[in-house]
Amino acid sequence: MEKLKDKKLVSASTEDDITSKNASRIEAKDVKVWYDDFQAIKGIDMVIKPNTVTAFIGPSGCGKSTFLRLFNRMNDYVEGFRMEGKIKIEGNNIYKKKVNVEELRKEIGMVFQKPNPFPKSIFENVAYGLKIQGIKDKKFINERVEKALRQADLWEEVKDNLKKSALALSGGQQQRLCIARTLAVQPSILLMDEPTSALDPISTAKIEELIHNLKEDYTIIIVTHNMQQASRISDYTAFFYLGELIEFDKTRKVFTNPEKKQTENYITGRFG
Amino acid sequence: MNSIQKNRLKDQLFKIWGIACTLFGLVLLVIFIGDILIDGIGRIDWGFITDLPSRKAEKSGIFTALMGSIWILLLTTAIAFPVGVAAGVYLEEYSKKNRLSAILEINISNLAGVPSIIYGLLGLEVFVRIMGLGASVLAGALTLSLLILPIIIVATREAIKAVPKSIRDASYALGASKWQTIWNQILPASGGGILTGVILALSRAVGETAPLIVVGALAYVPFAPSNPMDEFSVLPIQIFNWISRPQHGFIENAAAAIIILLLITFVMNGIAVYFRNKWQKRLK
Amino acid sequence: MQKIKELVIEKSLLFSALITIAVTFGIISVLAIEAFRFFSEVSIFDFFTDTQWTPLFTDKHYGILPLLSGTLLTSFIAISVALPIGLSISIYLSEYAPKSFRKTVKPLLELLAAVPTVVYGFFALIVVTPFLQQFIPNLSGFNSLSAGIVMGIMIIPFVSSLSEDALHAVPKALKEASYGMGATKLQTAFKVVVPAASSGIIVSIILAISRAIGETMIVAIAAGQQPRLTLDPTVPVETITAFIVQVSLGDVQHGSIEYRTIFAAGITLFVFTFLLNTLSYRIRKKYQEKYE
Repeated sequence: MEKLKDKKLVSASTEDDITSKNASRIEAKDVKVWYDDFQAIKGIDMVIKPNTVTAFIGPSGCGKSTFLRLFNRMNDYVEGFRMEGKIKIEGNNIYKKKVNVEELRKEIGMVFQKPNPFPKSIFENVAYGLKIQGIKDKKFINERVEKALRQADLWEEVKDNLKKSALALSGGQQQRLCIARTLAVQPSILLMDEPTSALDPISTAKIEELIHNLKEDYTIIIVTHNMQQASRISDYTAFFYLGELIEFDKTRKVFTNPEKKQTENYITGRFG
Repeated sequence: MNSIQKNRLKDQLFKIWGIACTLFGLVLLVIFIGDILIDGIGRIDWGFITDLPSRKAEKSGIFTALMGSIWILLLTTAIAFPVGVAAGVYLEEYSKKNRLSAILEINISNLAGVPSIIYGLLGLEVFVRIMGLGASVLAGALTLSLLILPIIIVATREAIKAVPKSIRDASYALGASKWQTIWNQILPASGGGILTGVILALSRAVGETAPLIVVGALAYVPFAPSNPMDEFSVLPIQIFNWISRPQHGFIENAAAAIIILLLITFVMNGIAVYFRNKWQKRLK
Repeated sequence: MQKIKELVIEKSLLFSALITIAVTFGIISVLAIEAFRFFSEVSIFDFFTDTQWTPLFTDKHYGILPLLSGTLLTSFIAISVALPIGLSISIYLSEYAPKSFRKTVKPLLELLAAVPTVVYGFFALIVVTPFLQQFIPNLSGFNSLSAGIVMGIMIIPFVSSLSEDALHAVPKALKEASYGMGATKLQTAFKVVVPAASSGIIVSIILAISRAIGETMIVAIAAGQQPRLTLDPTVPVETITAFIVQVSLGDVQHGSIEYRTIFAAGITLFVFTFLLNTLSYRIRKKYQEKYE
């Protein structure tokens, strides 16, 4: 965590280029999760390499979203949540007592299933993460907002309307705005929880292209229900079933020659 | 300290402040009930409940006021319950989305916010003077009925809204008429919720003082009312009267009567909560 | 036959609903007629500008300002107590507290609003005033300070419960987005949740103000019955409601000017609360549409 913290402090106070940052490596060791008496994750090990896109697939309720939300500790607020095992980011266990959750979440951005812009202006949405860090330098914020909107491929569409309410944007634009909002605080990991499930095919294609471009600078994990999407955009694919990790390998391998029968059944559409 | 640590600290401080505020309300409630218990519990005995009021504090009882409250409660229930539920059923089941329903809705929402003393003025002019009922139990009960009508209507509507549409569809599909569906399916299914609302409204009526003072209820009546046209007092007015006397004995009486009044109010609230929980479980 | 029965039932239910309109109509006409008679004897200009209210004395003055100032002063003190505490409770309960705690505490707090107001009056006069006199020696036995504070305690649940409902209705997705960016609960509450729930919170505050203005027994018991144009919270005052009670307790002849004063005072009170209630209704309607 120390290393992350130092880097964060630097990036918050200087105008270093976002592309110079290194994406992070993630490790999960024997992770188990319970919600009250229900065991949602039953002992999962996984290593995710930096600068890769990993897709989590599996039927509803298989634990893939729960697992994803472990990486930025979003499950902490779920009542009855309990967890065992270790999750290490750059070698630091993020579930240690001392860890500052707010700081962690700045390092690990998250994009949600439904676009969830704040009921504020476009500009205020993107600037939100910077403002809560106490940054007041207007020029700096303006530059960051523009950069993030450009990265999310939204700048050209909204640059004349930054004061307009974010709620006036289309669904696809809202989701790209949410991605820009996340990028503005310059995380090193991006978690995406079915980011295109509420969008039309054209907006989906735009987001997929975006994910492809962001891979250079980020480690990306994406939960998806869409098999084609997983095979199109990811380098690695993890198949979850009933709280267990059934198969985790290069995407091409999982989709052409899966080891396990269950995986094959799922991706060929026999269940799920 | 960097900005993140500062923010965390503020977060923790607010959490403590939030807990303190929440406890502040609860602790006051406890202090307050404790204080009244200390002041009044010693005064409560059988005689206190069955004695008539008297000029001497130690001889005074709450019998007439208690009987007045019971009369008011029964009459108010008899008037407000059928009218309130009927109006609620009409608004939820019959009324179409038109001008009339919009006016009714705004009107009820407004009535719910009219101060209770204004209802007293209405009752004074309409029931006491124009209808010639005088300062009778009936005039008081009619006044309080109008006061709690909006509460009962709103509670009825909420309870009916909570009944699943499938029950309605099933009944209509079997050929039941609208009223048959309401009477046999919807009212039984929403009964617990309606009852909760009615009891809460009545517990409000039992504690009301101001409108009854305006209507002309007396601080001192020698006998308990024996029919709806009799004059009357109620517990809260008796308490008010005792609080206004300088002698310490009457303060003790007031505290003792407050214990009885709070007991009635809290028991009614408890019953209401019980019905609500039971009903909500069944609805699921 | 069946059809006739259905029709009769529908009409009688409609009749019950129409009673509510009759009530409003009744309130407005009763207040208006008696107030009209009042204003045929007292000039409306004096009513709003005279700084004395002495209708029960030989030297009669009919200036509503002292009653109005008493009403606004006690209400202001009440809101100053209820607003910060009620809002903090609502934010704590909706954003911080465990679900089980919220479920137990909310009905307990609502009990504060179920206590009859005459009981609060007793509390203000017998407990709070003597307690405050230890710190404020020149505090009179009747004063707007303790009446206002106790009234504030009474309306805490109006603010806290309704605001909490509004905060709770804010979509979880918005909160998660904020947490996901590293915001603390406090930052999320004040920068995202409270703004999103603002109309609901405003409605709860307006209703609490309206409730405070119309409150009667606490002020009648603990604030005194001396109409006085003052902002000093330590001296006795009289509110509009307390005046109506004071007159009602005496033996006032129907049709006399004294009798009509309570209707003139009543219509002033009614106009105030009516405006506040209508405002809150408008905001509520608008905000329901936004979320639907």
